Amino acid sequence: MRNLLKYLKAREWVFALGGVIFIVLQVWLDLKMPDYMNVISQISQGGTNPDTGEAYVLGDIWENGGYMLLCALGSMLCSVITSFFVVNIAANFSARLRETLYTKVQQFSMSEINKFSTASLITRSTNDVQQVQMMITMGLQMMIKAPITAVWAIIKIAGKEWEWSAAVAVAVSVMLLGITVIMRLVINKFRRLQKLTDNLNQSTRENLSGLRVIRAYNAEKFQQEKFEVVNDEFTNTHLFTGRVMAFMGPLMSVVMNGISLAIYWIGAVLINRAAIMEFPQLFADMVVFMSYGMQIIASFMMLAMMFMIAPRALVAAGRINEVLDTEESVKEGFGVGETKEEGTVEFKSVSFRYPDGHSDVLTDISFRAEKGQTVAFIGSTGCGKSTIVNLVSRFYDATAGEVLVDGHNVKDYGKQELAKKIGYVSQKAVLFSGDIRSNIDFGDNNAGDAAILQAVEIAQSSNFVNDEKGGIDGHVAQNGANFSGGQKQRLSIARALARKAEIYIFDDTFSALDYKTDRELRNALKTKMKGSTCLIVAQRIGTIIDADQILVLENGRVVGKGTHKQLLADCAVYREIAQSQLSEEELKNA
Amino acid sequence: MPRPMRGPAPKAKDMKKALKSLVGYCRKYRVIICIAIVCSAISSIFAVIGPDYISDLTATIIDGVKRPDMQTMKPRVDMDEIQRIALTLVAIYAGSMVLQYVQSFIMNYVGCSVGRKMRTDINQKINRMPLKYFDSHNFGDTLSRVTNDVDSISQSLNMSVGTLVSALTTLIGCTVMMFVTEWRMAFTAIGASMFGFMAMGVVMSKSQKYFSARQQSLAEVNGHVEEYYAGQNIVRAYNSEERGLAAFRESNEKLRRHTFRAEFFGGLMMPLMSFVGNFGYVAVCVVGAALAFDGKIGFDVVVAFMIYIRLFTSPLGQIGQGFTGIQAAAAASERVTEFLEEEELTDESGKTKVITDVKGDISFRHINFGYREDKIIIHDFSADIKAGQKVAIVGPTGAGKTTIVNLLMRFYELNKGSITVDGTPLTEITRENVHDIFGMVLQDTWLFEGTVRDNLTYGRKEVSDEKILDICRQCGLEHFINTLPEGLDTVLNDNVTISAGQKQLLTIARAMIEDAPLLILDEATSSVDTRTEVQIQKAMNILTENRTSFVIAHRLSTIRDADIIIYMRDGDIRELGTHEELLAKNGMYAELYNSQFVAVG
Repeated sequence: MRNLLKYLKAREWVFALGGVIFIVLQVWLDLKMPDYMNVISQISQGGTNPDTGEAYVLGDIWENGGYMLLCALGSMLCSVITSFFVVNIAANFSARLRETLYTKVQQFSMSEINKFSTASLITRSTNDVQQVQMMITMGLQMMIKAPITAVWAIIKIAGKEWEWSAAVAVAVSVMLLGITVIMRLVINKFRRLQKLTDNLNQSTRENLSGLRVIRAYNAEKFQQEKFEVVNDEFTNTHLFTGRVMAFMGPLMSVVMNGISLAIYWIGAVLINRAAIMEFPQLFADMVVFMSYGMQIIASFMMLAMMFMIAPRALVAAGRINEVLDTEESVKEGFGVGETKEEGTVEFKSVSFRYPDGHSDVLTDISFRAEKGQTVAFIGSTGCGKSTIVNLVSRFYDATAGEVLVDGHNVKDYGKQELAKKIGYVSQKAVLFSGDIRSNIDFGDNNAGDAAILQAVEIAQSSNFVNDEKGGIDGHVAQNGANFSGGQKQRLSIARALARKAEIYIFDDTFSALDYKTDRELRNALKTKMKGSTCLIVAQRIGTIIDADQILVLENGRVVGKGTHKQLLADCAVYREIAQSQLSEEELKNA
Repeated sequence: MPRPMRGPAPKAKDMKKALKSLVGYCRKYRVIICIAIVCSAISSIFAVIGPDYISDLTATIIDGVKRPDMQTMKPRVDMDEIQRIALTLVAIYAGSMVLQYVQSFIMNYVGCSVGRKMRTDINQKINRMPLKYFDSHNFGDTLSRVTNDVDSISQSLNMSVGTLVSALTTLIGCTVMMFVTEWRMAFTAIGASMFGFMAMGVVMSKSQKYFSARQQSLAEVNGHVEEYYAGQNIVRAYNSEERGLAAFRESNEKLRRHTFRAEFFGGLMMPLMSFVGNFGYVAVCVVGAALAFDGKIGFDVVVAFMIYIRLFTSPLGQIGQGFTGIQAAAAASERVTEFLEEEELTDESGKTKVITDVKGDISFRHINFGYREDKIIIHDFSADIKAGQKVAIVGPTGAGKTTIVNLLMRFYELNKGSITVDGTPLTEITRENVHDIFGMVLQDTWLFEGTVRDNLTYGRKEVSDEKILDICRQCGLEHFINTLPEGLDTVLNDNVTISAGQKQLLTIARAMIEDAPLLILDEATSSVDTRTEVQIQKAMNILTENRTSFVIAHRLSTIRDADIIIYMRDGDIRELGTHEELLAKNGMYAELYNSQFVAVG
């Protein structure tokens, strides 16, 4: 939490100070009220004015009542002003924190993102910030107000009869003890409950995702029994926490009712012991003690509540800090400017291993793609073929060796400078809400209508884009939910094409397309995008059969390099893949 | 603990019906709910008569002061009387507490039990629903009904009912007691509180719109963050950070503004509440003291009212909260009932026919089918498949190849025509029987969290370990199972890494153990390395031996070896025949075949 405070600006510190001042003022007013009440009680019991020594008149009641009302009003105003300050701080702070996080995450490379996982980063930037904001709103008001009130009220009653103070002390102790015991009993169960909710979700999700299989094997009963186990445990844990938490209400009643009873009971004894002269003063003290006692108890109750809320916010703050403290592993280069080559990609014995990995994902990879060439990567899952192209875009940095684009090490380029040369299409199509145009004319693509339409055409998307209401101005829902998987993939290809890049990277992009579209698209690419270098990661032999160079990977090493024909002749792994996909005749024909 | 209002509570569309279904679930517990309500009411009444005794206590003290011992000039308070009153109060408060706890205990039980029953019902319902329902509803929706909605119901039952009853009793009891004690003071107290609550009402209604505005902009920011985090590498690859940031700033700024307004207006509630409390307190004190000064009432009455005013102002807020809670419960209950009332699969308890010895002749007779009534995709398809034949289903992605699976398994019902097994239409036997005679291996290799054994046998105890291990050996899973820490009893969860290939092999083993006479297979194994692929192919070959089988085919060898090829496109069956026949026809199948395996020219 303390680390996050540096994101507060001077203005907010001033606001915070203002908040504290008004809180103190409010406490003063709140505690002033019983003083007037004291006087009023004395008046009604026929006391005399200590200043003048004269008997009170009815007007004095109204006067003191008026003061009390002013105090109440003033207290409310102070509270509103405090709230204005605090809410202002909280809203500005959380907005700033959110933006800082957002900008930070946008700078992350894939290693950092994978370290946290996207889902977790999202939670940290949204929910966790929300938690911290709540903590500030409530915390600043309660954390400051409660102790001040408690201490001040204790000082006020300190000089009076100790028996009453003792009663208040007992009440506070009983309450704190009770809350501690209750929380001790349930805190672990609450954590367990969180886990059980996940299990419940998981179990239902399992039933839903396995609908067909469950039915096909008539396993409904089996699944239901499994669900009931989770359901029972969840219900029982809930019953337990409910039963323990149900003590909270009675506990509060005991403390509140007990303290009134105790004060009057003690009062009776004290008054009975004292001289009759002291009665009005004692009686007034008794009435006033009620107010102070309640204030003290309420303050401690607030503090106890803070201790229940605070851990959650602190955890959230910690999680935010983790993100903010993470260094980007991919550093900006100095910039290259003019390059000696154009459209070339070269790997010089490149190795790569994940930051916390035990072994290399890629070992000693070397190849060179000339301008206009197509280089393809094939191999089983997990062989590292996607990692190779990720190194070109600097989603990661190579651990050893050099990755060169246009003859310069990728680390020397400015990030934007490098990105400008590359048109990248990911394995999983990514669309952003907006319209088709904003998705294709993305970032610094600077594509006009003509360029967009051409890209759409090459990406074999014309027919469905034209069907869209508004054509390229057609709406794209969040995550492109209003398009099918194949359509999304084609639009993301169009986005890359509209970039007019020197180098295109297709990271297993074509597997989502059916064979026919795959072929037509590659045909169009070949004729329309001549002169662009292509790096293609693929699973199907058909996709890469006519590449200028194919790299066959296994366990992060290149086990074959050459054209389709050459590899068929002398690469066992490639032949195995080919055999599982093509027929004997086709193998021969090739 | 009362929570400040956070945005409007969701409202049920048909409140009456929603409440009725909720009441339906509670019917079983009506007796104990009544007990809880009575407990809550009595507990509140006890709390309300408390101040009366405090008042007596004060009166006794003052009484003692008024007739002091003239010699010592000390008051003569009747301490026996004080003790009697105090002990009575202790008893009353103790009783009130016990009853309060009993009430919470009961309602907690009711809430949890109703929740459990609802979850069970929803889960069972899932099994009785046609798959059609899930075409148009996503899982998240159903999931949120099982957890969030049910939770909200059980919590509301737990909290709201008790709160509402006790608050109402307190309010009424308090009003009665105040008027019984002193009518002028009662008017003062009620008047002062009413004035305060009116002010609160105005603020509440004003702040409501800020809350929803904040909720909305929060959703907007979250949406943006989700999108840009998920597509972060694309954003970076296209240098779109600035554009993204500009959009983010805009929504973030909106959120900041709305947060400020919502929180500020929401924050007004607390000070206002305490002002209402204070205002009432001052009013009671001043008017009471004035009356006492004139000797019209005793100060004991003022003391009583100082407690009454506290008792009176708190339930008003609680009643509001209670109603919001009930409202939320009704809305949640409506969503749950909506789901439970969805159309179910037809009841088949009347069907007695069972086929056991299956030869394996399957005929499609003039079948008509569409996922939606108004959109028929298979028009009048007929075919005869002989026992032991292998049928390959072929077509581009999205051609609806799984439709055949859906129809054979009766996951969906035909619109017209019939599918028969050995001459018996599938509709004449129960779905359970259909599932018994068909074995199925799907592309999505679904495994659940449970032991390997359970995943393979589905808890059927009669399958011996020898048989399981033997089949695993045939599938090439022996090594995998041997490496597991507890062999067949290893629980498959996130801690156990299983490759896609192993998953596929496990599902094949599952089908082998089921040993059904007919078979449906999906051989898509795109994400498997070559060696595993060979293994899978081998296992599938063992599985299909001598069985009538339908294979969603991706491999050329499977397609060419098939006895019959069904070529599908746009959901419909377009061509039917052997590989050679279809190639000779030079139609769509031929085109697909050529595009798939011939290089770009």
